[in-house]
Amino acid sequence: MKILVCITSVPDTTSKISFANNNTQLDPNGVTFIIGPYDDYALARAVELKEAGQATHITALNVGLADTEPVIRKALAIGADDAIRVNAAPVDSWFVAAQIAEAAKSGNYDLVMMGRESIDYNSGVVHSFVAEMLGWQVVTPVMKLEVEGSTLSMSREIEGGKEFVKANLPLVVGCQEPIAEWKIPSMRGIMSARTKQLQVLEPTATDLKVNTLSFELPPAKSGCKYVDSANVEQLVSMLKSEAKVI
Amino acid sequence: MSVLVLIEATEGSIKKSSIEAACYAKAVATQTNAPVSALVVGDASETEIQTLGKFGIEKAYFLEGESFKRFAIGPVSVALAKAAKSTSANVIIGAKSNLSDAVLPRTTAALQASMTTNVVSLPSTSGGFEVKRSIFTGKAFATVKLEADIKVLSVKKNAIDLTESPVSIQVEKLEVSLSDADNSVKVTGQEKANAEISLPEADIVVSGGRGLKGPENWGLVTDLAKTLHAATGCSKPVSDLDWRPHHEHVGQTGIKVSPNLYIAIGISGAIQHIAGINSSKVIVAINKDPEAPIFKVADYGIVGDAFEVVPKLTEALSKI
Repeated sequence: MKILVCITSVPDTTSKISFANNNTQLDPNGVTFIIGPYDDYALARAVELKEAGQATHITALNVGLADTEPVIRKALAIGADDAIRVNAAPVDSWFVAAQIAEAAKSGNYDLVMMGRESIDYNSGVVHSFVAEMLGWQVVTPVMKLEVEGSTLSMSREIEGGKEFVKANLPLVVGCQEPIAEWKIPSMRGIMSARTKQLQVLEPTATDLKVNTLSFELPPAKSGCKYVDSANVEQLVSMLKSEAKVI
Repeated sequence: MSVLVLIEATEGSIKKSSIEAACYAKAVATQTNAPVSALVVGDASETEIQTLGKFGIEKAYFLEGESFKRFAIGPVSVALAKAAKSTSANVIIGAKSNLSDAVLPRTTAALQASMTTNVVSLPSTSGGFEVKRSIFTGKAFATVKLEADIKVLSVKKNAIDLTESPVSIQVEKLEVSLSDADNSVKVTGQEKANAEISLPEADIVVSGGRGLKGPENWGLVTDLAKTLHAATGCSKPVSDLDWRPHHEHVGQTGIKVSPNLYIAIGISGAIQHIAGINSSKVIVAINKDPEAPIFKVADYGIVGDAFEVVPKLTEALSKI
């Protein structure tokens, strides 16, 4: 089974988010970029499947400009066999999905895995767009994934619980915890990542579906009002009359 | 041109988030002088469906068939696309939910539409179709323009207040034919916690962290939650340690909540947890460490021992 794992390069959760260029771009200064944590779950599961002899090949794919290559190398260090960078800024989810669909088709992949959403734009649509574009099914968000021949047994999150599903390859899956534990690259992995193949492809054009015009930050919080631990009644009265939430 | 809203019903009742979506859809319809209809998925009687008329919905379609009752994603996506075509919908609305997360993008792709998620307010339709959405897991907002003829919006909780604008409603069955491919993902079972208030829908959430020292102490959290008719949540370490079930994990890679009130008990406030709660209207923190980062995002705080403070709080609340 050939797996295509799609990863995003995103600001890590502790990064302070600010905007530049008249609020039309993320300011990358001071931002550490990482593999999106949900994609990291997908990659970890793919590597487990390869280690168990259930997958033959893993390709990591990212849609991004040259500055995403360090993040792609990390995916190689974690255990992807090779990587593809589609050389373009990820302008919208539809564009990203079209690149993935194209790569999945031309590379003859059986399973396309990615996180349930990326932590920058939280759209959570790329997996489903890819599935429709390929004429495949999609299961998301997947919490557990087992392979039995060409059938996948999965559990997916539903409100207040989980649902058990079975589907055949080829398939697209959107992953989340606890599908696998995040993998930390070993020293050997990091060394091998330097020489594994990172192919750069030119993108396919698509119609722009969503045009991001501008960004803004939320209003600043006014600070915490402390209540003495001996005086919980005061908190109750503030929540009732001041905050009006109870 | 019309507006179509996806309505979810569970255990016979239309979900509160779906009512919000209906109000949002009605507001967009009024703004654009268009009719508004609904596609109801799940278990709801005709009488229950008719309550949508209170919120301005003129026509509601229901579905018959096991796969629709079980919210099977492929079939529901096909049904939504069919309803969109039948009503010439150019705007499709869904409340953010596990179902809509999976269905709306499928339908979007089938219709070659433009889709955006976590929408926080009504669109501006004077020059095109622009809408504000929450991004970076609540740390920022973006204004986006949807360029395709059909626009699909996944609307975040509290994007709009519930408003009644009663009309008479027509309820009709929608015939949908499904292919083998549509039915090819088989649901073999479900496991649900019983009679719980859904975390993503909850108006009040009481959440516990490692400061509670062990699962045997969770009575503190559940008693407070019961008094407030609140949902219960937990931090990632608590969920990883299996003290609490997975679906209670609130955080960057867990549930993102949007309650009016979030009470964090014995939770230090790691950035990953804050990412899950920053859409809360009011945050209360109870922690014995005055340096805990949770106090930086809290609106109200008590520095103290949760084992002493929380029972007192529960008692004070039971008196009001």
